[in-house]
Amino acid sequence: MSLPSETAIALPPAPPSSVAPRRSGWRPADTSPLAVLSAVRGSSVATELRAEEINAWFGDHKVLDRVSLTMPTGQVSALIGPSGCGKSTFLRILNRMHELVPAASMSGRVMLGDQDIYAADQRVTSARRRIGMVFQKPNPFPAMSIYENAISALDLTGVRADRVVKDFLVEDSLRKASLWEEVRHRLHQPAGGLSGGQQQRLCIARAMAISPDVLLMDEPCSALDPTSTRRVEDTIGELRGQVTIVIVTHNMQQAARVSDRCAFFLAAQGQPGVIVEQGPTDDMFGSPRDQRTRDYVEGRFG
Amino acid sequence: MTEGAVEEQVDQPRKIKLVRDLPDKLFRGVASAGGVTVLLIMLLVGTFLAIKAAPALHQAGFSFFTTQAWNPDGRHFGVAALLVGTVLIALVAVTIAVPLSTATALYITEYAPRRMKTILIGVIDLMAAIPSVVYGLWGFFFLESRLAPVAAWIAQHFGWIPIFKVKGVDGHQPISSLTLFTSSTLIAGLVVGMMITPVITSIMREVFSQVPVGEREAALGLGGTKAGVIRTVVLPFGKGGMIGGTMLGLGRALGETIAVYMIISPVFTIQPHILQSGAISVSSLIALQFAESNSFGLSALMAAGLTLFLITLLINFAASSVVARSRSGASS
Ligand SMILES: Nc1ncnc2c1ncn2[C@@H]1O[C@H](COP(=O)(O)OP(=O)(O)OP(=O)(O)O)[C@@H](O)[C@H]1O
Ligand SMILES: [Mg+2]
Repeated sequence: MSLPSETAIALPPAPPSSVAPRRSGWRPADTSPLAVLSAVRGSSVATELRAEEINAWFGDHKVLDRVSLTMPTGQVSALIGPSGCGKSTFLRILNRMHELVPAASMSGRVMLGDQDIYAADQRVTSARRRIGMVFQKPNPFPAMSIYENAISALDLTGVRADRVVKDFLVEDSLRKASLWEEVRHRLHQPAGGLSGGQQQRLCIARAMAISPDVLLMDEPCSALDPTSTRRVEDTIGELRGQVTIVIVTHNMQQAARVSDRCAFFLAAQGQPGVIVEQGPTDDMFGSPRDQRTRDYVEGRFG
Repeated sequence: MTEGAVEEQVDQPRKIKLVRDLPDKLFRGVASAGGVTVLLIMLLVGTFLAIKAAPALHQAGFSFFTTQAWNPDGRHFGVAALLVGTVLIALVAVTIAVPLSTATALYITEYAPRRMKTILIGVIDLMAAIPSVVYGLWGFFFLESRLAPVAAWIAQHFGWIPIFKVKGVDGHQPISSLTLFTSSTLIAGLVVGMMITPVITSIMREVFSQVPVGEREAALGLGGTKAGVIRTVVLPFGKGGMIGGTMLGLGRALGETIAVYMIISPVFTIQPHILQSGAISVSSLIALQFAESNSFGLSALMAAGLTLFLITLLINFAASSVVARSRSGASS
């Protein structure tokens, strides 16, 4: 199997990130390998993600109050905070998964580059394609092989691709997720046979296959053993710079290890969640301004 | 007891004795009684049929399975035409019911707004509660006259496909009479299809709604469209249930009696042309003849019934083994 190397494929030059929706016309008319590849991979460069004045409700229950956060291009932003303060809700608002919950509602804007993903002319599927998500529990498609899982996004979004393109995408995305060497000889075995940590990296590969601008991760290591956790953290390190990453974690060491910036969420008793403090990770852990942040990062929180 | 004996015991799997307390014993007793009763009833029905069928089967020998005619008094009878007719009607029914059920179940689980969902589920339950004799009436007085022209059109344009051929229609001459197309396998099959749609839909809806949320969200999170999610997550997960539901529907279709009896006009030759007037099925024949049969005629009917019983049993076993091996089946 000879795969085209990355340099052999002439991807179109990346437009400046100020150019509005790059992949609004998703379905490529031209189905030649190169056209599909560039349509699938876009001209992805990491893009800044900016949440502005986000409020969120489940029915009448308000769970987020005017949360604003900028997640800078190519950096890893960690969301930390005690259970139930709205981190997952915030994360799911960032790629429009929140609206899947009946009776859930939100207000505010989520700017990807200079485009509000909640704007009336924006398709929900296109927002989710550009802002990928990795869940707490590894959730590969169990009936599919590793190979099929890696490129499942193509099928899901109705993009046809031929063998060469698929092979390339599979290897490329599995390499990005640091999984390629472990599975290259069993690509066609069911994904259910992988270990939890491998499954989680397969989920990262699956999200990376369509070259998202942003990757959201909700406690991606909480179901994993320390070794697998380490591998996933290394993977996050590898992806830094290629994609804007937002990670929710309960593990302070992990937040300190992997993130560039940190945001501390807190919900007072019976109150919606807010961001108490945000900033560079070093400052948040080294010299937090707020006493509550200091207590939390030092593990002295109730 | 010597040391040696103890040594020996250590190396052996230890016997574990379960001590059950009274409520558990009672409940267990009631539950197993239920299970055993069901098995017993099946066995009784089978044995009864076999004993009653014996004289006819003995008389006819293997020709019972090859003879098309049904004339027990003349000692010339067999299930060849009956079985073909039964299977054809059931196949028509399943061919119509399965796509209809799949679409309905998908609409209910994936698309319908909550109110519509409740209404549809209610309507489908109602559809299951309508007695088959009512379906028969509807088929006979309403559907038949409206379907005959459609059947005529199909016969005229697609008569070159063997199952759509109708004797007396050649595609060039105008059709002489619509009675050629009444009381056919197609109409009986269509009515039976309506009758088995609710049960197939219910089963499919049940399995589709059990698709793990994690997989659904994974698919949506990748930018999947509704159609994409259905294709990559819902249908693969639901496959076992879909097959199971189809088989259950098929079983019912094979046995459906009254509606078929009311619609068809019996023929005792193999009738592979589904649009052509005249059809037959095992159960409708039994309904048709059991009242005026002598004891040998009854025995012949029993033999036909036994054949159907065994075929249905076989299909159900095949279905349950397929379902058990699939994911959605394993969970339900
Ligand atoms: N589907 C839902 N329906 C109703 N309320 C919900 C739902 N999901 C979350 N909530 C509520 O929203 C609030 C925030 O929940 P969220 O899951 O975002 O917290 P979290 O910070 O992610 O917590 P954890 O760290 O335990 O995952 C909680 O009070 C929770 O009870
Ligand atoms: Mg959470």
